[in-house]
Parts: sequence; structure tokens; C-alpha cells
Amino acid sequence: MSKNKFHLSALTAVFKKKAVAIEAKKAHYISGKESRRISRTNRRITNRIEKERKRKHVPESEYLSVMRDPNNVVEFDNVHTYFFTDIGTVKAVDGVTFDVPIGKTVGVVGESGCGKSVTSLSLMQLVQRPQGQTVEGEIRFNTGSKVYNIVKTPTSVMQTLRGNQMSMIFQEPMTSLNPVFRIGMQINEVLELHNPEMTKTEVKAKTISLLELVGIANAEGVYKMYPHELSGGMRQRVMIAIALACNPRIIIADEPTTALDVTIQAQILGLLRELKDKINSSIMLITHDLGVIAEMADFVVVMYAGRIIEKGTAEEIFKNPLHPYTKGLLMSKPIVGKKIDRLYNIPGNVPNPINMPDYCYFKDRCVKSIDVCNGQYPPMIKISDTHYVACYLYAAKEEK
Amino acid sequence: MDKRAMHGIIISVQKKVCDVRKKIRKFASGTGKFFKNPKKYISDYKAAKKAIISDVYTPLVHNPENLLEVNNLKMYFPIKAGLLKRTVGYVRAVDGISFNIKKGTTMGLVGESGCGKTTVGRTILRLYKRTGGQVLFEGRDINKLNKKQLRLIRPKIQIVFQDPYSSLSPRMPVGEIIGEAVREHKIVPKAKFNDYITKIMNDCGLQDYHKDRYPHEFSGGQRQRICIARALALNPKFIVCDEPVSALDVSIQAQIINLLKDLQREYGLTYLFISHDLSVVEHISDTVGVMYLGDLVEYASTEMIFHNYKHPYTEALLSAIPMPDPTYKMNRIILEGSIPSPANPPSGCKFHTRCRYCMDICSKQKPKVIEVEPGHQVVCHLYDKEQLNSLGIDPEEIVKHEK
Ligand SMILES: Nc1ncnc2c1ncn2[C@@H]1O[C@H](COP(=O)(O)OP(=O)(O)O)[C@@H](O)[C@H]1O
Ligand SMILES: Nc1ncnc2c1ncn2[C@@H]1O[C@H](COP(=O)(O)OP(=O)(O)O)[C@@H](O)[C@H]1O
Ligand code: SF4
Ligand code: SF4
Ligand SMILES: [Mg+2]
Ligand SMILES: [Mg+2]
Repeated sequence: MSKNKFHLSALTAVFKKKAVAIEAKKAHYISGKESRRISRTNRRITNRIEKERKRKHVPESEYLSVMRDPNNVVEFDNVHTYFFTDIGTVKAVDGVTFDVPIGKTVGVVGESGCGKSVTSLSLMQLVQRPQGQTVEGEIRFNTGSKVYNIVKTPTSVMQTLRGNQMSMIFQEPMTSLNPVFRIGMQINEVLELHNPEMTKTEVKAKTISLLELVGIANAEGVYKMYPHELSGGMRQRVMIAIALACNPRIIIADEPTTALDVTIQAQILGLLRELKDKINSSIMLITHDLGVIAEMADFVVVMYAGRIIEKGTAEEIFKNPLHPYTKGLLMSKPIVGKKIDRLYNIPGNVPNPINMPDYCYFKDRCVKSIDVCNGQYPPMIKISDTHYVACYLYAAKEEK
Repeated sequence: MDKRAMHGIIISVQKKVCDVRKKIRKFASGTGKFFKNPKKYISDYKAAKKAIISDVYTPLVHNPENLLEVNNLKMYFPIKAGLLKRTVGYVRAVDGISFNIKKGTTMGLVGESGCGKTTVGRTILRLYKRTGGQVLFEGRDINKLNKKQLRLIRPKIQIVFQDPYSSLSPRMPVGEIIGEAVREHKIVPKAKFNDYITKIMNDCGLQDYHKDRYPHEFSGGQRQRICIARALALNPKFIVCDEPVSALDVSIQAQIINLLKDLQREYGLTYLFISHDLSVVEHISDTVGVMYLGDLVEYASTEMIFHNYKHPYTEALLSAIPMPDPTYKMNRIILEGSIPSPANPPSGCKFHTRCRYCMDICSKQKPKVIEVEPGHQVVCHLYDKEQLNSLGIDPEEIVKHEK
């Protein structure tokens, strides 16, 4: 009898727990039926966009545009890039606006999953298709003679821009280098593609000089090596050499030093800084490391959950951070030589990218929130000509 | 198939054939030597092995203040080659290092990747069979324990890994992951089991209802909390934290570091905190060891390492850290090249290929351990006054000249 009672109480306890668990799961899980309905809608949307992109002979007028400021090389204007997945739409980039001025370095910083990579992939038109699509906004790219709206540019035209006018350096160079080809051949190939008039010997000479330019001492030797024979730092140098093979107007570097040791990182960052001055191109530097940003960037863009929450010059962001998230981020990183007793930590986690709230995305973690924060998502508030912040705490200042 | 891929395959097949040919030739020459004089061959081989793995150390006298004492610890991984899988050399992952950790304190271990930090941690845990040296835990040499004694001591020494994704079994609910070993080692009586697990989980910032969930439902930071809870549940005295926050975002890093500090205070834990991030190490450690190619090149209190560093490698490592301050004036020492292979380390001071103060003697002679101030050890010829005096070198001159 007592044994039965025990069983009963254990059972109810189990059920209670299950109920709690199911409650908690509801937020994240959807039924199979719902999922099928979502994928049908997704297919309709992506098919329509893909069809428009696949048209032949798109007139230039459809994808040429004008810069707001001709001193910029890239202007992101209210860009929305979504992923139409079976569990819902991921608004990876949700209304991003910022400029990359000619010859400057713009740092994009934020925690993983906040949309940094997708922003840069949108610029290269390399977002994974068909589920990933830039559905709204303009990305203007200034080649000097023409201004392209990347969002509308057909793939064939894009191929002439990519690797020519814009090039990219990734976190893991091994994924972008072909393991079965010698380093020299891979750089030659890029050169030949973009300079059909060059002879074989000219190409080789240029490749060697590029390898020397990125600080590889034994250039002739490395020319004949395979990627796996090089260390991580050397591979990243090779990637930079490939990126420089065709005088790009912008270099997009997505976490270029995250996989490297600090000592090697220092070499690579030094190299990037030196090269930028030599070839006068702009750099869009993506990283989660605030130290790297402070060292490299002229302008800083802070992202959170697909949106820009603060942007300004490096000095403004680091000396006068305004958004509670930027402040929190700067305070949570210990600084060498400045020992403190306890690190500041931002409570909670990044919200689920599928069901974003309609109020400030940071509110659930914000210690400064006020009444208005429950309302609409805060607008971008101008602090100075370069400094903007999306937070209601500064709304009053604007009205003055 | 496209031409490019085809070409690639042909090249790789050619390479394979070439490799096999080389191997056969090497094997033939090896066996040739063997058949000429088998006895001599074997004795030569053994002598060579013994010369490399010299295991000499002065035994430690246990100091009851210390929880862990490491004395001339060596861990060499054999490199096998040829058809007979002969040992042709060793990766000297840990090459004779000594340190000790006081009860309730944290020692940080820093250095570039591949310098042997993880191997130190795992050798202390006896996950690898050490090549030489001593590891004393509470005064007992853990390498001399038998199976039964080891079983008793195992729960007291725990490890938390870098990757919270691969270190948790995906098919077990979290409650079971944390509780499994608790039950096995009978840490608490059965009646108290559930309450105990709940308390541990709460202490690590997890909720009761998380028990029935599976690891894939958690974020990286929460998974690391689960790993910490699993270690903590065994009531350990010592935890090796191998890059526990390296895979996490900055804001989550801060949460985990604060958690580790709180738990240390509450449970009186002792940590070996391995990380390549010097700012994190400075924040959490009481003492710090700097490793380079299997050697401990500088070892002192955190204060001394960060404000009165002596070793040229520590100096370079510190200067390479980017500061989150755009107005900060960098005075950076760029280290040329990358870390050499531990299978074939440079002669003399292993750092001499990259050191900007390198002197003639550095490539010829291994530097001694010098105590520059009480509790501050440096392994560098620059601080070996007697040595330099006899050579007629003034170290001040060298340092000034370079600066
Ligand atoms: N191919 C994809 N399919 C679905 N979602 C994706 C895909 N790529 C990225 N995402 C989502 O987009 C968001 C932003 O990702 P990303 O830009 O890679 O972040 P990060 O800032 O770390 O570079 C994340 O929530 C991620 O899950
Ligand atoms: N199980 C193993 N077998 C052979 N070599 C190993 C093994 N584990 C580590 N090593 C080698 O030992 C050296 C030190 O590695 P590790 O301790 O992982 O360095 P760290 O943790 O500092 O990055 C490296 O050169 C590595 O290749
Ligand atoms: S708008 Fe409100 S909730 Fe959002 S960051 Fe600013 S103060 Fe916090
Ligand atoms: S012993 Fe010589 S090479 Fe080694 S760190 Fe000291 S000065 Fe540099
Ligand atoms: Mg990314
Ligand atoms: Mg390691």
C-alpha cells in the first residue's frame, strides 16, 4: 500500500515535470503540419525571387544606382536578409544601414549569430540560396565608374565584380584553398582569370611578388607547396595574397585572425594595416574581438540580433559607448594590466532569431530599461554626425 | 567530372606512389641494418630511446600547503613510422616542467597553441601515461597508485574541456549526465540524490526543469555550465579547466568566469586554468606559468608576470594582445615566424629562433632555472648573471640596445 502511494507520488512528479518541459519546449518546437505549411510558403517566396534573378538580359537601369555620398565605396541601406527555413523565417539581417568610406576600415562587431557574416555575404551575393534572400533594401557598390545595387545585380555581372573589385578573407583559409593544388597555381589562376592578356611568365612573376608582399620570406618555395604544408598564419597570408591579386576596392575580412594565436594575429593585423595604405582600398573587418576592432578600425558598427544598435567612429564607440549592450560588452572583457575583482556580466542570452519581440531586442537583458522601452523598437538616434544609437535613453537628447 | 578535379586526383595519386616508394626504400635500409647485426641493432635502439627519455629528478618533499606538486614532468608522444611501426622519434609535448599549486588557489597556464598546455592537464589527470617526472596530489604520487586507489582518487580530480558541444553525450538527459558518476562513486546516499543534483545545478545557474532536457537544446554557455556541474557533482578538490571559455562569446565568457570564481569560494576548489587568452588568465589566476614548446619559461605570481615580466617570450606575448582602446599607443614586439615543431625543437634555448635578445650562447646551451625574486622563476640566459659574467656580456646592454 505504502509502496503504491510512493509510486503514485513519483508518477505525478514525473507528469508535472513533463508538463513544465512541454511548456518550455512549446516556444521552440512546431508540429509537422505547421512545418509543412511553412515550407510551402517559403518555396513560393523563394521561387518568385529566384525567377526574377534568373531572367536573361536584365537592363542595366534595373541594377545601377547612385551613391548618397561619392566618398563611400559601399553603402548598406536598410538591408534585410532573411533565411526561409522549415521552422520559420530567420531575420538574420534586419534593417542594416551603414557606410564604408573609401580608404577606411569599418569594423563590424557583435556576438556570434548576430548577423555579421550574413551582412558581408549579402554584399558579395554569396548568401546560401535559395533559402537565404536579401528581400529588402539596397547595397550600393561604387566601382568608380559605375554604382551597382548588389541586391538587384544579376549573377553574371556579379561574377565580374567578385574577386576583381571586391575580395574576401575568411576565418578558416583551409576551406577556401583547394587542397590538391599548389599555392602558386591557385594564385596564378586568379590572376589569369582577371588579366587574360598576361603571359605565363608575367603571371608567375606577379604571384611571387604578391607572396613577397604579404611577408612570405621563402616565396619561391611556397609557390610550389600544397596548402597543408603551411601553418595557419602562412595560409592566411596566402589568402591575403589572393585577395590582393586584383587591386580590390574593398576587402571583406570575416574573422581573419580568430583561429590564430595572438602572436600570429599581431603579424597578420600588422600586414593588413600596412597593405591597406599601400593599395588604398577599404576594409570591412568583421570580428567579435573588441581589441582587434580598436586597433584596426576607423569606424565601428555594433550589431545585436540582426540590427545595428550603435555606430560611430572608433573613438566614439570606445571612449563614449552609449547603448547598454555596447557598455556591457566593453565591461565584460577583462583587460590585461587592469585587474578587477569581478567581471561585469550581461544577464541572459541572445533572443531566439525566429520569434523576435516587437519591442527593443535587448530589453529582456537590459538593466536600464524604462517605460517607453515596452513600446516599439527604438529608432536610430543621432548623437553626432557620425555617432548613432538605437536606445530610448537618448531620445530626449535628440529633441533638444 | 571536371578537368580540375581530375588533375588533382592524378597529382595526389602520383604523390601517394612516391610516398610508398620512399617508405619501401627506408624500410629496406632499416631491415638491412637489422640483419647485419641484430643484437647491436636492438641494443643501439634501446640506448637511443633511453638517452632521449632520461627520467632523472630529485624527489620532491611534500609541502602540506600544496594540493598539487609537479616535478620535472615529461610527456613524449612516440612518432611511429614504417611498416613495422617503429618509433622514429618523439614529440616532446611536455619537456620537464615543475610547479605547484596551493590549496584553494588558481594557477593559469598560457602559451601559443601546440605548446603542450592540454598535455600537461591530461598527464596530471593520468589520462596519458607520463614519460617521466612526478605528480603529487595531496602528497601522493598519482602514477604509483594501483587501480583501486586510483578509483578512489579519480572523483577528486576533474576536468572541464574547451568544447562543450562534443564533451556531452547527446543521448542522455542533463540530469543523468550530471548524476551518472555521482551514483557510480556513491558520492551521496540514494535518498538525497535528487536534492543533491538539484543543488549542484542551481549553484551552476541551471534550473530544476533542465534535468529532463537534452544537451542540444542548450546554448554554448549553458552547456559549459552543465560540464562544470558534472565535474562539481563529484565533490572534487581540484579541477583542470582546459580553455573553458575559449569557444564562448564575450558576455557568456564573463558569466562562466564569475561562476568558476564563485564556486571556488564556496567549495574551496583549486584550479589549473589553461587558456591562450592572457586577459582571462590574469583575471582568474593567483599564479601563472608561461609555456613555450613544452617548457615552462616563466613562472610567478600573477602580479609579477603581468607587471614585472622577465622572459623575452612573456614580453612578446603580452605586447601582442590588442587593447580595446583606439588611443592606446602600441609598442609591439612582433615575433617572426611560428612556433617550431616539438618533434624537432631548436637546440639550446628553444626560443632562440624567435628571440630578439638572442646571444651566441643561447643556441648552444640550455638555460637554467633562475629565481630572479622570491617565487619568480625565469628560464633565460639573460638572468644568469654568473654565466654572463664569465662570458663578459652585460645583459643590460643587450636589452637596452634592442629597446
Ligand atoms: N544558411 C543558413 N540557414 C539558416 N540560417 C542561417 C544560415 N546562415 C546563417 N543563419 C542564421 O543567421 C543568423 C546570423 O548568422 P551569422 O551572420 O553567421 O552570424 P555571425 O554574426 O556569427 O557571423 C544566425 O541566427 C544564423 O543561425
Ligand atoms: N595524443 C597525442 N599524440 C601525439 N601527439 C600529440 C598528442 N596530443 C598532443 N600531441 C602533440 O603535442 C603537442 C602539444 O599539444 P597540446 O598539449 O594539445 O598543446 P596546447 O594545448 O598547448 O595547444 C602538439 O605538438 C601536439 O601535436
Ligand atoms: S531601448 Fe530601453 S531596453 Fe532597449 S537598450 Fe535602451 S534602455 Fe535598454
Ligand atoms: S635564453 Fe637567449 S634566446 Fe632564450 S629567451 Fe633568453 S635571451 Fe632569448
Ligand atoms: Mg560569422
Ligand atoms: Mg589545448
